Amino acid sequence: MGLLNRLNEPFEGGGIVLGTVEDILNWGRAKSDWYLQFGLACCAIEFMAVNAPHFDFMRFGTIPRTSPRQADFIIISGTVTLKMAERIKRLYEQMSEPKYVISMGSCSNCGGPYWEHGYHVLKGVDRIIPVDVYVPGCPPRPEALEEGMILLQKKIRHEAIFNKRKRIAEEDKKLGLNIK
Amino acid sequence: MGEKRKIELDYSQLDSERMRLNVGPQHPSTHGVLRLEVELDGEIVTDVIPHVGYLHRCFEKHCEKMEYPMVTPYIDRLDYISSMNNEWPFIMGVEQMMGIKVPEKVEYLRVIVSELNRIANHQIAIATFGLDAGAFTPLLWLFRDREMILAILEKLSGGRLLYNYFRVGGMAADIYPTFKEDVLAAISQVRKTNPEILNLLLLNKIFIDRTASVGILPADVAINYGCTGPMLRGSGVPYDLRRTEPYSIYDRFDFEVQIGKGEVGTVGDCWDRNIVRYREIEQSCNIIEQAINQMPMEGDVKEAFPKKVRPPKGEIYCKAENPKGELGFYIVSDGKNNPERVKCRSTSFVNLSVLPEISKGYMFADLIMILGSIDIVLGEVDR
Repeated sequence: MGLLNRLNEPFEGGGIVLGTVEDILNWGRAKSDWYLQFGLACCAIEFMAVNAPHFDFMRFGTIPRTSPRQADFIIISGTVTLKMAERIKRLYEQMSEPKYVISMGSCSNCGGPYWEHGYHVLKGVDRIIPVDVYVPGCPPRPEALEEGMILLQKKIRHEAIFNKRKRIAEEDKKLGLNIK
Repeated sequence: MGEKRKIELDYSQLDSERMRLNVGPQHPSTHGVLRLEVELDGEIVTDVIPHVGYLHRCFEKHCEKMEYPMVTPYIDRLDYISSMNNEWPFIMGVEQMMGIKVPEKVEYLRVIVSELNRIANHQIAIATFGLDAGAFTPLLWLFRDREMILAILEKLSGGRLLYNYFRVGGMAADIYPTFKEDVLAAISQVRKTNPEILNLLLLNKIFIDRTASVGILPADVAINYGCTGPMLRGSGVPYDLRRTEPYSIYDRFDFEVQIGKGEVGTVGDCWDRNIVRYREIEQSCNIIEQAINQMPMEGDVKEAFPKKVRPPKGEIYCKAENPKGELGFYIVSDGKNNPERVKCRSTSFVNLSVLPEISKGYMFADLIMILGSIDIVLGEVDR
């Protein structure tokens, strides 16, 4: 935001920034997303390359977590088979709100090359869990995944998080769940 | 070091309840979506049952439905770390059925891209194995060097990971003007950084303590289970298809088949399998250097393309040395545009089958190291 560059006229007494709580909260949330360390197929190798020094995924503020309980978003990196689908649904349900999903590669977007004859392939991971960002490619280039990450950050920045939380709580109440 | 670390159990003396532990399919050290059902006696592994099929992508069914050139992209996605090596046996088999003789330039180009991909594969294998042991820095260093190799393969074929570069009778695209300089630069970079990995990881005292005399695979067990590649060579058997049954033009190159000698532990332990991979990177550099100097730079790589890929009625088994071992395709043709049946002898599946045999009697933490040293790719295990 360039605040630290104002060396000639520093903010006396620390300075004050005005904004809504939601904006400031989202500003913080967008810059520190932790992801679930989880690879499925070919795209996972490109995902590893994104984590490696050449592309350096951590500059987006991401840290790999091995437990879904600590993760903010999950990257579905590869073909989702019917046998794996129930596992992925369970992993998604284990994550705590607010949670996001990036679908990486054609396979998890729509079935990809296995669309026509793949009797054991789920034709798109959005049939079991909601997807926020789709990254096309087979496999996507690392730059494409980085753009997907930027899009996810944009989405989080402009999200009406309090309304969403309220809506989820009301839906849970309707279902008879007592989740706070 | 050197002494046998396998813990012999006298079950009659112990009175403890067995525990069944589920590892995977979502686990950072299973190298994909493998599920292991482990039976533990305290901390000691008494039985391992691998459950596969979480990435079954119906490869053989697709082969029956697709025409021959359309099968190649699916072969890429079997062992997705070494796509170039995967395509070779299938394309070579179809060429042998059709009686096509490919030009010299194509043969050399195939050797060069396959060996480059072999280096990239072994770099990932050593990097992820180090990660299993808790070493993070080798992964960062090896991925840095791998990008140089991927840049060359991308300029040639257009893909970073899955290339679809081999064609029946030739290659999809010709070399680009600065190909030779790029390859030589990549080799010199690999040769420069390889000793760093040796000192950083493979000769590290902690790493040796974790891997020496762990997961010992005797040569006779390896042969009985059908293990190939660094698994078999790590057990001291000098079996390399490039040398024992030279296909293509491998008889023209001077290289040594690396075997495990049990330098820090016992022959056939986890460390031996990895030092074989490390030394094969050096040998691949030698092969590439010889090939790039002998390669004719003029000529058309699409010269021997057939008008229509339609092999005559018959069947063939064609195999080649993948970075992980022997990869073979059994192709049955009934004279139509698409194969009647394709059976894939996948390396990782055969190598994985030996896991229950070699991991019994070790600690649970050693099981992770043994699994990492097999270097499986789940795309090839489940197909």
